[in-house]
Amino acid sequence: MDLVRLVADWFSDPARWTGSDGIPNRLVEHVTLSGAVVIVALAIALPVGLYIGHTGRGAIVAIGAANLGRAVPSYALLLMFFPLFGLGFGTAFPALVLLAIPPVLTNTYVGLRDVDRETVEAARGMGMTEWQLLRGVELPIALPVIVAGARTAAVQVVATATLAALVAGGGLGRYIVDGFALQDDGRLLGGAILVALLALATERLFTLVERRLVSPGIRGAAPPGGQPYEFAGQVPRPMADSASGVI
Amino acid sequence: MIRWDWIPGNLGQLAAALADHVLLTAIAVSVGFALSLALALVIYRRRSLYAPIAGFAGILYTIPSLALFAFLVPFTGLSLLTAEIGLVSYTLLILIRNIMAGLDSVAPDIREAAEGMGYTPYQRLVRVELPLATPLIVAGLRIATVTTIGLVMVTALIGEGGLGQVMLRGFNFRNYAAVYAGAAVTVGLAIVVDLALTGLGRLATPWARARGGT
Repeated sequence: MDLVRLVADWFSDPARWTGSDGIPNRLVEHVTLSGAVVIVALAIALPVGLYIGHTGRGAIVAIGAANLGRAVPSYALLLMFFPLFGLGFGTAFPALVLLAIPPVLTNTYVGLRDVDRETVEAARGMGMTEWQLLRGVELPIALPVIVAGARTAAVQVVATATLAALVAGGGLGRYIVDGFALQDDGRLLGGAILVALLALATERLFTLVERRLVSPGIRGAAPPGGQPYEFAGQVPRPMADSASGVI
Repeated sequence: MIRWDWIPGNLGQLAAALADHVLLTAIAVSVGFALSLALALVIYRRRSLYAPIAGFAGILYTIPSLALFAFLVPFTGLSLLTAEIGLVSYTLLILIRNIMAGLDSVAPDIREAAEGMGYTPYQRLVRVELPLATPLIVAGLRIATVTTIGLVMVTALIGEGGLGQVMLRGFNFRNYAAVYAGAAVTVGLAIVVDLALTGLGRLATPWARARGGT
């Protein structure tokens, strides 16, 4: 097939593997941007989510964030930030952080809220301080849901960082945007393959992290397709669940 | 410098883009729903197919939209078909999962009661199980629709896009009023459609309202 040859040629061109438009550099750009975004989003959303989930105060913030996160498309968010911050990293970064916060915040809150009340009472009855209760009981039980939120956020960020090529210049999305512009199918497909693999690898990485972190005693049997999606209304369900059926 | 006066002069263009956006979304969600319902019924008959079907839909769901469109363009060109194949694939995981969860949520004693009343398996599915699954199916439809409204924007890059097209053109010509107007109308559309689907869901399940449940 012609397309297969085009893609093979694109990948085997030595120029593909060096310089600022080489795959290694584009991959590093993509992963650096995504990684920095996820870390900042976790640093913001985790403490807030833990506070809301533990105290039950301010739940409206978590619910509102979830609903707003669904309604505002990531693409729109990127283009809307552009007039404020101009071309480059400065536009992509805050837009992606805003995108990554809702899943983490909502899942952290819902994960803590859904910890069995009797378990919490028992922990209090045993004389645990609030801090011990959070660290020793609520957090471990809520962990699968929290990690699922982080995974959703990370996959979304990796996906949207592709679109960031429109405003930021760098990353693997560059190949797709340029491939469209130059009608170069080899570059287009090559870029698409790289981006898809990176997204699937991110998903896989977080599934492995979850397996390492979550205590074997609470690994539940989820249905093979995963938990149903529900909109965050009065009583939000997690935006993502611990077993999304993705390999 | 944002020229807000662009908006009143271009309401017609915004309305046309909105209509395009609605059409692209409606096609994607209808086809996606028909496909998901068919697949869910296959799974209903052969449970062992749930994991592979959900796994495949999950992979489609994980592939970034821009990459998926890039995969398709060399085969189907810059066309409506390309846009819709991509948009439909993103609805599958959400819809299949929620239809199955809805069917699974029917209590075993209700199933037995239906059998005891002499329902055939087909009658039981259509008259008892699917109606009881409606709230979760509607929840899936809401999420699939709102997600699709957002993804339609990305199809601007392959020449479709509805309101995404307005935003992209605004971005290219540094006409930020168009960028913000496109975004605002899209978010408004998502909210209105979500409320409408919620309302339809309520109408379709009068028994839930009577009991004061959801």
